[in-house]
Amino acid sequence: MAETLLFNALREAIDEEMGRDDTVFVLGEDVGVYGGSYKVTKDLYNKYGELRVLDTPIAENSFTGMAVGAAMTGLRPIIEGMNMGFLLLAFNQIANNAGMLRYTSGGNYKIPMVIRGPGGVGRQLGAEHSQRLEAYFQAVPGLKIVACSTPYNAKGLLKAAIRDDNPVLFFEHVLLYNLKEDLPNHEYVVPLDKAEIVRSGKDVTILTYSRMRHHVMQAVKGLEKKGLDPEVIDLISLKPLDFDTIGQSIKKTHRVIIVEECMKTGGIGAEIIASINDRYFDELDAPVVRLSSQDIPTPYNGKLETLTIVQPKQIEAAVENMVALKV
Amino acid sequence: MVQERTLPQFQAPPAQISPEQGLVLYEDMILGRFFEDKCAEMYYRGKMFGFVHLYNGQEAVSSGVIKSLRPDDYVCSTYRDHVHALSAGVPAKNVMAELFGKETGCSKGRGGSMHLFSSEHNLLGGFAFIGEGIPVALGAAFQSRYRRDALGDAGADQVTACFFGDGTSNNGQFFECLNMAALWKLPILFVVENNKWAIGMAHERATSQPEIYKKASVFGMPGIEVDGMDVMAVRAVAQEAIARARAGEGPTLIECLTYRFRGHSLADPDELRSKAEKEAWLARDPIKRFEAYLVEHNLAEKGTLKEVRDRIQTTIDDALTFAEESPEPSPDDLYKYIFAED
Ligand SMILES: Cc1ncc(C[n+]2csc(CCOP(=O)(O)OP(=O)(O)O)c2C)c(N)n1
Ligand SMILES: [Mg+2]
Repeated sequence: MAETLLFNALREAIDEEMGRDDTVFVLGEDVGVYGGSYKVTKDLYNKYGELRVLDTPIAENSFTGMAVGAAMTGLRPIIEGMNMGFLLLAFNQIANNAGMLRYTSGGNYKIPMVIRGPGGVGRQLGAEHSQRLEAYFQAVPGLKIVACSTPYNAKGLLKAAIRDDNPVLFFEHVLLYNLKEDLPNHEYVVPLDKAEIVRSGKDVTILTYSRMRHHVMQAVKGLEKKGLDPEVIDLISLKPLDFDTIGQSIKKTHRVIIVEECMKTGGIGAEIIASINDRYFDELDAPVVRLSSQDIPTPYNGKLETLTIVQPKQIEAAVENMVALKV
Repeated sequence: MVQERTLPQFQAPPAQISPEQGLVLYEDMILGRFFEDKCAEMYYRGKMFGFVHLYNGQEAVSSGVIKSLRPDDYVCSTYRDHVHALSAGVPAKNVMAELFGKETGCSKGRGGSMHLFSSEHNLLGGFAFIGEGIPVALGAAFQSRYRRDALGDAGADQVTACFFGDGTSNNGQFFECLNMAALWKLPILFVVENNKWAIGMAHERATSQPEIYKKASVFGMPGIEVDGMDVMAVRAVAQEAIARARAGEGPTLIECLTYRFRGHSLADPDELRSKAEKEAWLARDPIKRFEAYLVEHNLAEKGTLKEVRDRIQTTIDDALTFAEESPEPSPDDLYKYIFAED
């Protein structure tokens, strides 16, 4: 198959799943006639009609709740958050109803729904449009949280998310929509709960996800030249975390660096460190290092914005430091 | 005390209801009242915990609306949900067991008073946060329309009845959902139970337009005011709205003027509402009123009504025994039901 852009990979996933199962439908702001703000649902309105690609009013909490009700009664909604940050307005429905309702109902209802859309720090979009909500949601029971990072995994993971019987928060990254990759011609699904070993190595385990995977891989080029051999794991599933893959890697390298775009305080990395302490403390030869975004609202100014998120050079330095401390 | 609203007059022609239908409504209202009285007793005896919101006084709304629905229609409630669940057909013993936190409860003891659910009876919940049930109900209504118009299932004509209070009608989700329901002509009834109070906040102090039914007009939706202490009046309004919804003609906002005979919850000392106000509304008890109606129109004899009450008393007693004797959930199942596969 020809090279596919990431947003088109997502579009293919939705199109294929809508064709496969007529209870699957898309809803959100400008998903229909307009085709989605990042064109992920382009032309699907014409193909599937206005009920299956439903343009909603700008009412995040209510249309999210509506999707919960539709999911409880047998449909499989895919919500597009025009920007994942806007889902702060839907926090109640995502936490109380998508996340907890199955449990509080004692198993009466399932909530098969996907909430997907662009998150992350873009190019000078300002603080409100540059949010990483994954950490805010990780404490909510009952949610699965996934972050895609390549056209290949974007397509396969989204298909898996749509087929999953649980509510899945599916994070895309605003700066990754135009990544290109050759995708297989045959249908494929990527499991939601498996981390991806991007590069296997022996010196240190780098745990990352979403756009930071690409920053890490840039750093790896420099590290390779210096003769270092890091293992890079794309977490993919931010909840639940794939501790099988993480644990195996730690048992091999005994060193962990986490590279994330969410904020340091209360971040995904914070949770990983705590869990590594619980499970693999004895395996560690060095304290886990965490490279996260600064704990500030993302500034508009380009230089300040660059300083806010982790850059490849910092990753290189962190790996070198950790390996230099080798005992 | 603010000036009371003039209640809309309603004269139900006796032929409108058969003796059998009359007894169905009566039995449902009695079930609601007796169930709630038993809850109060159990709560004060320390057998029931958490926030428990009783429905006494508002029975005409639940019975008038839900008994006009079909069993495959949907019902969505709030934290004041026991009686809606009973009207929807959830057996009293399973509701009582839920309040006792037992495995045999309709939510397996995981939900409690404010989280009653039953997929078998199309009860969507039990929503403890103000307004959050409204979008969920909207989703069920959307689903019916989707099955009919996107999937071509002509039999998908289910209607959803969504209940909430006067205080909740000031929440954004109310307006957002009225908009979407009217926009997409969804088969839904928004049933506001205006009992004049939101805990300690008098309705008039919370809203710039106390006549909630009028808020429908800006969405191009019928808004109807009805005496919520008169089950026949509620029933007539509900039947018409249900018929419209089923025919694909869209939503209706129904404002039922009613009153709760107890405090907001069993933890509420109920000190703000004046004695005069309470007495005025107690005098309009919907059950006494319907009893008089049934007898006056020769739809039922007093003896028959007593038989109903005795039978329901037994149902409540049995429900209590069932709840007390039922097992608690197993600690091994603490993590059960988090995910669909559990
Ligand atoms: C989001 C949210 N805010 C506040 C509350 C606390 N609360 C519970 S009931 C209630 C009053 C609701 O009044 P109304 O809608 O009139 O319903 P009623 O209790 O009278 O049936 C409030 C403020 C809540 N449960 N949820
Ligand atoms: Mg009220």
